[in-house]
Amino acid sequence: MIRREMSKAKTIAAALAASACLTSPTWAQSWEPTKPVTLVIPAGTGGGADQMARFIQGVVQKHNLMKQPLIVINKAGGAGAEGFLEMKASASDPHKITITLSNLFTTPLGTGSPFNWKDMKPVAMLALDQFVLWVNSEKPYKTAKEYIDAVKAGDDRQFKMGGTGSKQEDQIVTAAIEQQTGGKKFTYVPYSGGGQVAVQLVGNHVDSTVNNPIEAVGQWRAGQLRPLCIFDAQRSTYTTKVTDKEAWSDIPTCKESGLPVEYQMLRGIFTTKNATPAQVNFYVELLKKVMATPDWKEFMEKGAFNQTVMTGADYEKWLVSAETLHSDLMKKAGFLATQ
Amino acid sequence: MDELNALFGGFAVALSAYHIMLMVIGITLGVVIGVLPGLGGANGVAILLPLTFSMPPTSAIILLTSIYWGALFGGAITSILFNIPGEPWSVATTFDGHPMAQNGKADEALVGAFTASFVGAIFAVCLITFLAPVVAKFALKFGPAEFFAVQFLTFASFIGMGRGSAFKTVASMCLGFALASVGLDGVTGTLRMTFGQDELLNGFKFLVAVIGLFGIGEILCSMEDGLKFNGATAKLRMDAVIRTWKQLPGMWLTFLRSCIVGCWMGITPGGATPASFMGYGIAKRLSKRGDNFGKGELEGVVAPETAAHAAGTAALLPMLTLGIPGSPTAAVLLGGLLIWGLQPGPLLFVEQPDFVWGLIASMYLGNVVGLIMVLTCVPFFAAILRVPFSIIAPAIVFVCAIGAFTVNNAMFDVWLMLAFGVLGYLFNKLRYPLPPLVLALVLGDQAESSFRQAMLVSQGNVGVFWSNWLCGSIMTLGLVMAFWPALQALRVKLSGNGAVARAA
Repeated sequence: MIRREMSKAKTIAAALAASACLTSPTWAQSWEPTKPVTLVIPAGTGGGADQMARFIQGVVQKHNLMKQPLIVINKAGGAGAEGFLEMKASASDPHKITITLSNLFTTPLGTGSPFNWKDMKPVAMLALDQFVLWVNSEKPYKTAKEYIDAVKAGDDRQFKMGGTGSKQEDQIVTAAIEQQTGGKKFTYVPYSGGGQVAVQLVGNHVDSTVNNPIEAVGQWRAGQLRPLCIFDAQRSTYTTKVTDKEAWSDIPTCKESGLPVEYQMLRGIFTTKNATPAQVNFYVELLKKVMATPDWKEFMEKGAFNQTVMTGADYEKWLVSAETLHSDLMKKAGFLATQ
Repeated sequence: MDELNALFGGFAVALSAYHIMLMVIGITLGVVIGVLPGLGGANGVAILLPLTFSMPPTSAIILLTSIYWGALFGGAITSILFNIPGEPWSVATTFDGHPMAQNGKADEALVGAFTASFVGAIFAVCLITFLAPVVAKFALKFGPAEFFAVQFLTFASFIGMGRGSAFKTVASMCLGFALASVGLDGVTGTLRMTFGQDELLNGFKFLVAVIGLFGIGEILCSMEDGLKFNGATAKLRMDAVIRTWKQLPGMWLTFLRSCIVGCWMGITPGGATPASFMGYGIAKRLSKRGDNFGKGELEGVVAPETAAHAAGTAALLPMLTLGIPGSPTAAVLLGGLLIWGLQPGPLLFVEQPDFVWGLIASMYLGNVVGLIMVLTCVPFFAAILRVPFSIIAPAIVFVCAIGAFTVNNAMFDVWLMLAFGVLGYLFNKLRYPLPPLVLALVLGDQAESSFRQAMLVSQGNVGVFWSNWLCGSIMTLGLVMAFWPALQALRVKLSGNGAVARAA
């Protein structure tokens, strides 16, 4: 009796194993979400990551790219730690994806929140967001060199740099600039959002900012702000005129204006840690479809994004080097939670 | 008169059957969103934003702003009926709105609130129509010091408003500040008072606290009072609108004050919530009937509602002209503008006149449509109070729990809401005022950031608050307001002593 039970169990197990063997290759090609997919935004409503996430949601819906709905939620607490910790906690739920900004690296380093990008599974880099050094157009500085020379000649902390958040990307760029100013520091003033930062610069409450293009383009076009240089290795590739005279491609790189600082912000997608290759592949294919739409191209140009797309091993390699870069910069600036 | 021509052009855009239909749908959705605590206007707009990508931008923004108007109207309903503010800016509406409902005048309070909202909104839209460029420049003058001055004025205008002892007000406010400081410190970028608990990363969200303190607290109190709502026995009369409107012209000065406060707070951008508190505080201080505030005075409903709606509307102005959102909902709309291919900023009025003037025209129309819709529903809303307590109370708790959950999609917030409910009940029993706590919780964060930003800029010199006329005059006004009760008490005491001396 017992033996018969055993053998029955064995046959069932064997049958299961056989069917698993048969079905797993098909799974690998065609996993599909079986319930709504949640896109977690580790930032507040209205910011850059939020805009991009909601844009992706809109494109997926408009072009009917996924059978299940895509739900977007904001989990901004603790500089995004809330969102990332949720991703970490739901390691075996492949129906969750997240969009990143630099807080992927800066939040665990700066606040000591217990997570790392390795607690998630990288899906794809969608683009890199640029940083531009802006000053008020009423000020006499025409080039980055003139401005940096003025900082060098001024008193320590005389010049005020406005930025979004504290110990995050804007302050890291500021800290990197400070290594080139002959020991003179900026007074860094943290605000809650990029739009507010741009307006504070127009109102002359700060001397310069390192706003993302999309945050300050309105004021640039109205002639209120002047871009001095872009923190990228090459000039932007967008040659369409943004103002009467200039295009994004007319802004010199900081390096060519004598300020050797480069910094870009990751706009990438991650899913949960235990996602299978098939599941990751589904999201990669989905995002490829999103990026193929004309809507996406227009969105990229409006924000002057650097359209570098990476997946798989390339993307992981990039993440490793970006993590090292951030911990170096933050260590030098004294921003680490353990310091 | 270019503006008038442009505006008529805008009406031509907005006045189509399709757009009117969108307004009706949007306002209905907005009222529902406003009634459900937790599901705020910002969430509502964010959820529906992707649906609008296939629409033309003008139609899309008409739909979304209509939701915004609806949420502004709807927030007042639960505040008045159940003492549960559906939106942060309706907290001040509960102070007099709920006592009115308990006195059997729920219908009058609702009509007053809706009408006041309408007046505030129309005032702000007129401002946007004719003064947009001038006003936009004014907003640029606001740096950290000026922001702090405004926030200080809000707190100051509130001191002495509590019915109980001034010390209890201060204690309650300090508890609010303490709660507001939990979570991420925006200036240093480090976590504070989270005690290693992941749940506390987000700090104490205003809505969770308010739903608990007011909603659950109120239900606990009602249970003790014998499982029924006061005011439920009031007769339903259909002439509520006319009855209430007859009383309103006498309050023109309150309307005007609240409109000005609201527009100012919306533009700077302080937002609708401080505007509503400030509107209430100023009216209480300056109105002839100020002493009755808190006991169910119609003017106490009108003042905060007018200010909140004026601010909510005016908040769209800095969004359009400067690209800075004056409210969380405006922030989501801003994201929408970018996605529709419109670049908010100084050039929007020049480059997209059809869109801008269509939007402004739809603000007029949306508010008219909204007012008509909500006023016709007043008897229905007021009738909800006649549902037996044993049916409605569990429903309220249920809706509150959903609301608290929605804020962050976290179960922890539901437990937190219940804890705040107990706290609210205790406050009520011990006669500690809740509003100062709520005000400190909602504004404490911003006030702290502005103060510390100003200190960074001035390198620690407090004189920065008097460094220019704008900031200096607001600060001075704030100080006067803060010490007004003390000065008044002193004057009364002195003259009282004089009288005693004479009598002797």
